[in-house]
Amino acid sequence: MKGLDEKEIKEFELTAVKVRKHIIEMLYRAKSGHPGGSLSAVDALVALYFHHMNHNPKKPLDPDRDRFILSKGHAAPALYAVLAESGYFDVKELKKIRQINSMLQGHPVCKCIPGVEASTGSLGHGLSFGIGVALAGKLDKKDYRVYVMLGDGETNEGQVWEAAAVASHYKLDNLIALLDRNYLQIDGNTESVLRLEPVKDRWSAFGWHVIEINGHDFYEIIGALNKATNIQNCPILIILNTIKGKGVSFMENNVDFHGVPPNEMERNLAIEELTKVEKKLEAQL
Amino acid sequence: MSGKLMVNPRNAYGEALIDLGKKNKNLVVLDADLSKSTKTIMFAKRYPERFFEMGIAEANMISVAAGFASCDKIPFVSTFAVFATGRVYDQIRMDVAYSNANVKIFATHGGISVGKDGASHQMIEDIALMRVMPNMTVIAPSDATQTSKIVHLMAEQKGPMYARIGRANAPVIYSKKDVEHLKLGKGVVVEDGSDITFICTGTMVEPALEAHKILSREGIKARVIDMHTIKPLDEKLVLKCAKDTNGIITAEEHSIIGGLGAAVAETLADNGIQTKFLRMGIRDMFCESGEPADLMEKYELNTKHMVKKAKTLLKN
Repeated sequence: MKGLDEKEIKEFELTAVKVRKHIIEMLYRAKSGHPGGSLSAVDALVALYFHHMNHNPKKPLDPDRDRFILSKGHAAPALYAVLAESGYFDVKELKKIRQINSMLQGHPVCKCIPGVEASTGSLGHGLSFGIGVALAGKLDKKDYRVYVMLGDGETNEGQVWEAAAVASHYKLDNLIALLDRNYLQIDGNTESVLRLEPVKDRWSAFGWHVIEINGHDFYEIIGALNKATNIQNCPILIILNTIKGKGVSFMENNVDFHGVPPNEMERNLAIEELTKVEKKLEAQL
Repeated sequence: MSGKLMVNPRNAYGEALIDLGKKNKNLVVLDADLSKSTKTIMFAKRYPERFFEMGIAEANMISVAAGFASCDKIPFVSTFAVFATGRVYDQIRMDVAYSNANVKIFATHGGISVGKDGASHQMIEDIALMRVMPNMTVIAPSDATQTSKIVHLMAEQKGPMYARIGRANAPVIYSKKDVEHLKLGKGVVVEDGSDITFICTGTMVEPALEAHKILSREGIKARVIDMHTIKPLDEKLVLKCAKDTNGIITAEEHSIIGGLGAAVAETLADNGIQTKFLRMGIRDMFCESGEPADLMEKYELNTKHMVKKAKTLLKN
């Protein structure tokens, strides 16, 4: 892998822990929000913003930038934390999420939050929005790529499949969807709520190039993103096999933490656990 | 209406798109398998690389348009009014209105004069749906000349906009010169009068002009307002009409709930104005298949009924 050594991977892991700590603090302060799906999405977001994407926090509207669209808008805390850590806005803003008169709304809003490309929160829109950006890029002969993160439960929405068909019809090889496959949605396991499998076959049948990886392994995530840039004439789906609530033991695979924030005790336990990992990584670096 | 020059506003839309496409390379057009009916096919033939066929998938189309707008493109999105609003309400709400995206939704086949396709295709709620949407401008052009001018204005001015025209050929009301200074949000006094005012939008302007003629022969001076922009409403003009004349009749090929009539009523009430007032439109019901003229007669949306209602209102 191009110049990716163990030290860099550790650095990504350290950033991911910091982002997870932000998420816990944000949700605790806001007394509402979505921990599970925010935590599962963190590692892919860190790989995109701290390694893979061509972007500049000083020029958030640079027409040549790569775009990231968080279609699963309820993972806003993860996006906000990554944007703040990248330098799009002050980390202090994070504390104000979901508070009145603050910039950081419960779900992402474009135009008023630097770095947020699309307003999301109603599921199923982001991939379509990404198609518009990808088609505009092709029309203007620009080299940027468009990354869209979908929740697995989100793909219950019919619009996602309209978009899947259109992206493939237009051979959008500048469009990369990342599926946060954590197997849980509000009412339970994705397969019992509304079966998604065979996920890989479904997307392949729509004409997508599908790559399936461990969504918490930076080697695999970055490897898949690199591979995706070499695929031509079709859109690419990266299935990120993830764990809902990843990084906080009692939240992992626990559907109760989809949309319920940690109480004071849970917040303390989570921060303690994440700080241990943080210290360990810092010692190794 | 014999002897009048009839032009289809849909053709005016198609021609305006070609003209704009020549002037502005950022203009893109999207359609959902109805380009032959909406006339976006005219643009598609001239500028195929900037026309995007989205198939019968309207929800996706609206969000795609928002993505284009985020890259400084000016997307015009077309389909029938029923699919351009109700079917995609959430996509317009999130990706267009809430995001204040520069997306232009241009719908055809609005209202009941769609005719034989029946109530499934007769959109009478679109103005209400779009009017309640924050940030959205709502427009209903009244003839081909005005349609052309309005399409140009939509492309020039930033922000989310919804415009709807009908399916049928329409009598030409304006010359090019007449619409030269037209402004969105500013109503047009097409005929002046001091007894009663017709405030109309879209396809109802022309029947009101006919009503004006008939009434004038009977000594009733009716003012006719072309309220092409329903939101933002030209409230100043509404209030002026309430002051200058003895009553207001609103007319629209739309439900009486939430559309032009409602907007005018709200303006009058908010300003404490008491005047004789009547809303002409579809009275909270679905209509049916039929010849357009027969439908307009049955649902009381033609010149004959305008004359009748004006006289009754003034008498009461």
